[in-house]
Order: sequence, then structure tokens, then C-alpha cells
Amino acid sequence: MKPEETVIEVENLTKKFGDFTAVNEISFKTYKGEIFGFLGANGAGKTTAMKMLIGISKPTSGEASVTGLDVFSQPDQIKKNIGYMSQKFSMYDDLTIKENITFFGGIYGLDRKTIKNKIKQIIESLGLEEVANKLVGALPLGWKQKLAFSVALLHDPKIVFLDEPTGGVDPITRRQFWELIYKQASQGTTIFVTTHYMDEAEYCDRVSIMVEGKIEALDTPKNLKTEYKVDSMDGVFLKLARNIE
Amino acid sequence: MKTIIYIVQKEFRQIFRNKGMLPIIFVLPLLQLIILSNAATFDIENIKFSYVDHDRSSSSRGLVENFEASTYFNILNSFPSHKHAYEAMEKGEVDVILEIPSDFHTQLIREKQVDLGVYINAIDGSKAGVESVYINQIIKNFNRNIAISTTGFNPLQNQKIEVLTVPSFWYNNTLNYKIFMVPGILVLLVTMLTLFLSGMNIVREKEIGTLEQINVTPIKKYQFIIGKLFPFWALGLLIMTIGLLISKIIFAVPMIGSIPLIYLFTTVYLLVILGMGLFISNYTDTQQQAMFIAWFFVVIFILMSGLFTPIESMPDWAQKITLLNPIRYFVEIIRMVMLKGSGFKDIIPQLTIISGYALVMNALAVWSYKKTN
Repeated sequence: MKPEETVIEVENLTKKFGDFTAVNEISFKTYKGEIFGFLGANGAGKTTAMKMLIGISKPTSGEASVTGLDVFSQPDQIKKNIGYMSQKFSMYDDLTIKENITFFGGIYGLDRKTIKNKIKQIIESLGLEEVANKLVGALPLGWKQKLAFSVALLHDPKIVFLDEPTGGVDPITRRQFWELIYKQASQGTTIFVTTHYMDEAEYCDRVSIMVEGKIEALDTPKNLKTEYKVDSMDGVFLKLARNIE
Repeated sequence: MKTIIYIVQKEFRQIFRNKGMLPIIFVLPLLQLIILSNAATFDIENIKFSYVDHDRSSSSRGLVENFEASTYFNILNSFPSHKHAYEAMEKGEVDVILEIPSDFHTQLIREKQVDLGVYINAIDGSKAGVESVYINQIIKNFNRNIAISTTGFNPLQNQKIEVLTVPSFWYNNTLNYKIFMVPGILVLLVTMLTLFLSGMNIVREKEIGTLEQINVTPIKKYQFIIGKLFPFWALGLLIMTIGLLISKIIFAVPMIGSIPLIYLFTTVYLLVILGMGLFISNYTDTQQQAMFIAWFFVVIFILMSGLFTPIESMPDWAQKITLLNPIRYFVEIIRMVMLKGSGFKDIIPQLTIISGYALVMNALAVWSYKKTN
């Protein structure tokens, strides 16, 4: 992977909630087509940092641009260029797969014809033909997550943000999910993914590890393992977390 | 515009798919309308009446018969003494005690004047007031008859001329409380339903996380808000229509004024309520919180709307508060238009106020709805 085109650029980005600093002056860059792993323990500030980048949380200070657009002044333009899948499954359980796709396609401003094609395409690629008219609430969690990922990509965004996308699913489904991620990245979409599964961290092109609001390490999994003299990302993570304590 | 249609489509799908919610939206309010309108009457009837007759004469029996003839009073046993009657009132068994003195008949013949003892349970003051009026009327009637029989000829000839008032009740000449209450209760139901549904709806999206998903899309605030509120606005009008039909068919409430005028007012009024619902949902995180806040306002609005108690009899400060109550204006208007036949010109003041209210409420709602925090 050759780092060429920068799609996310973050400089001293900070978010404070009163006295509490959730994100403390983080800086990094993410490139086109890269799978960027955003790691950290629960409460380390991953989700908060991500929310600033997707324009639903206003940064306290610092600078950040996503697809060349400023997060302070152009959040709505950014939203056209990004997809987002939250850790909470956030589609409508009481709508069918088709209806959910129609709705989200609609609010992204796609026209009827495009939406129709997208529905066909998603249902085919995920093998959901038999359940296409079933309520989403009745689907197994693994299917729901794959569907949510596809919906986040409906409008062909340049970057897709995934917040702990594989929480609570079995290893096989996680595997399949990562295959979807690879496929998408190979088409040039940047994947920004938070996780606390360290085996997933191994799949990323580069990972950053956040500890208590700060980015403590940022490199390829291979380099990190060498640097910390361990043989797994688990080891890297534990060493970093322990250093802080 | 296209975006709004997608949201509206989705909302309607969800509303009509929810098998638990549909009866709540359509059946419950109508049941309430039918039950409440029949129950919430201010007619005071079935007054528990008892008497202590110390005289036991033809005159005293005649007086009691007059009470028996009245449809307002249920005659219970007579009591042998004041003490017994008083005990019964203490227990709540009787509302009114009439005590007839032992020299009732003789006094009446000889002096043409006699004092009666009347005791009324006045825990409910307004009820006691009405009871007192009824009792006075019956005694007055008895007086006139006794005057005729004792003098033996037309009392008008040799009695001083009495001024009789013959009331004529306008707009509801049979004093039918249902006709008065039904339009008001209809207002209440339409208000409650649209407020709860709209308030709950957006908070629900917060709870399940879909609101965040919507906030990361480039959707404009106004598109989202219009798309969200329109279905409930339409629903409010639908419920209003069903309610008006029931008022006409079941209660035969007269609809003297123009129905389009009622719809015009409802249209604007619903905007106030929906704006309020949205405003509440912006400041709450769970449906429970939203429900409590909505209830808090609804209870105040209902009690201070003039629906059950006339605004004119409230203390001055309370009357001023009712000026902020949207239900107040709607109750006023629907009664004016339906029962009195008021026209557009008559409702301009209320319509202006409610339009201003709608504007302010929705501006607040839009302002407080934040895609970013």
C-alpha cells in the first residue's frame, strides 16, 4: 500500500466535556484505500474522536479535515462523502430490508432508479433474496451488521467509519465481515474502523492505539509488534495500557 | 422535497405496521370520547335527600311529596330525630336533610310564615350551591300552591305582584351538557394524541440509535422536521374528522358554524402541538422522560383550559396563565363555531394568537434540534 492521497487529516484535535478531556490533542493522517484501525480500551475516546470526524460532535479545539473538508465549517458537505455504521445496530427493525434501503437511499438523495439498483445489488451480494421482504428485526445479528455495512456504502462514500462493527457476532461472521471490508478497500474506499478485538487489528493496514484520550502508538501492525518486541497485537496493547498505569 | 417524501413514507409504514399502536391511536380516543362525554356531566342529580318530620301533618307530607316528585332528589328514609339524620350525614349516607318543625302546619295556616331547617353537605361547594337552589325552588313552588289552597282563589289578585324571571338559554337551549362537553373533549383527545405521538416518536429514534444514523446523513434540519411532523399532523386531522363524525352521529351535537373553519383552526393548532412535541423530544433522552414532561403540560393545559371549569371563575393570576394555554383557545373556538355559529371574523383574535404560537413553538423546536452536539 502506497500512501498517496490523504483523506483524513487531524491536528491536535481535542474534545472536552466540562473538566473531562475525552480526546486529548490527537494528530494523524489517513490515506485513500487504507484500512485504518482505531484501537483503544473502552472509554479511551475512540468513539468521541470518530464522532468529531463524522460531524455529529463539535471539537473543542484543534484542526481536522475529512476528504479535504473542514469539520468545523463544512460538516454537511463531509456527510455527503462519508458513510457511518455505529456500534448500535441502527436500522429500523419494523421495516423490511428493502424499505430500510429505500429510506436511507432516499435521505442520501439517491433517485428512485439508483435505489432500485442498489437494493438488487445488495440483496444479491449478501444472498438475502429469501428475506428481502422480511422485517429487519427478524434477522440474525450477523446479517444485520452486513446489511448495515452495505447501507453505509449506499451513496458510494469516499470513507466509511465503522464503530465496533463486529461486536457480539461469531468468528465466522466476523471473518465474512472483514472480507466485505477488504473488498471495499480494494475499490479505493478508506475504512476507518474502531475495534477492541486485537485479532481484527492484525487485518488493518495501520493501527493507532488510544489510551486515555491520547494516541500512544500509530504504525503498521508489523512495525508495532517489532517495536514492542511481542508477537501479537494483544501484546502491544497490553504493554501500552500497562505503561500508563 | 423528495427527501421529505421518503421520511413521510417511512413514518406511515411504521405507524400502520405497528399492530399494538393502531388501536391506541384510533380506538382508545373514540372510546374516551364516548365515555367521557357521557360521564363528565355537571348536572347534579340523584341527590341523597332525607328529612326529619316533627309535624306529621298534611302540609308537611305535601312538602315532602314535592321533593319526591323532583327528578333531582332520591328520597331516603326519614329520620326520627335531628341526631339520627346528622349521624347519617356524617357517614356520608345523605347529602341533604330537611327538618320540618312540629308547628309547621299550624304556623303556616295562622302566621303564613314558618322556618324550615335545611342542612347540606358542602364538602363539594359548587354541588352544595346547586342543591340549595333546587331546594329553594321546590319550597317556593310549595309556597305558591299552599297560598292558592289557603286563600282559595287566584292568589295573583290579592297578592303583591311577583316578578317572574323566565330564562331563555341561548346556543344550548336544553342545557344539555353533552353538547357543551363533546367538542371540548374532542379537542383534548386530538391534543393528547398528537403531542404524545410526536414527542415519543423522535425520542424513540434517539433510543434505538437511528437518529444518530440520520444525523450523519447530509439531510437538512427542515427536511427531517417536516418529514417527521407531517404524518402526525395528518393523523391529528384524521382523528379530528372521526371525532366530529362521532359527535354528529352519536351525540347529535349541533354544527351550526362552518366545518372548514374548524379545520382551518385545527390545522394551525396542530402545528403548535407538534412543535411542542418536537421541543420536548429534543430535551429528553428516553420515551419515559418525554412521556412525563408531556403529561405535566397536558394536565395543566386541560385543567386550565376552561373545559371543565370556566376560566372566568379562576383567580386573576390563573386567568393570565390560561392565555399561554393553546387548548384554551381551541376549546373556545370549537364551542363558538359549532354551538354558536361564529364566523371567520369572530375567530380572528384566537386564530392570530395560535398562529403566532405555532410560529414561536416551531422556531424553538427547529432551533433546539441539533444534528451536532
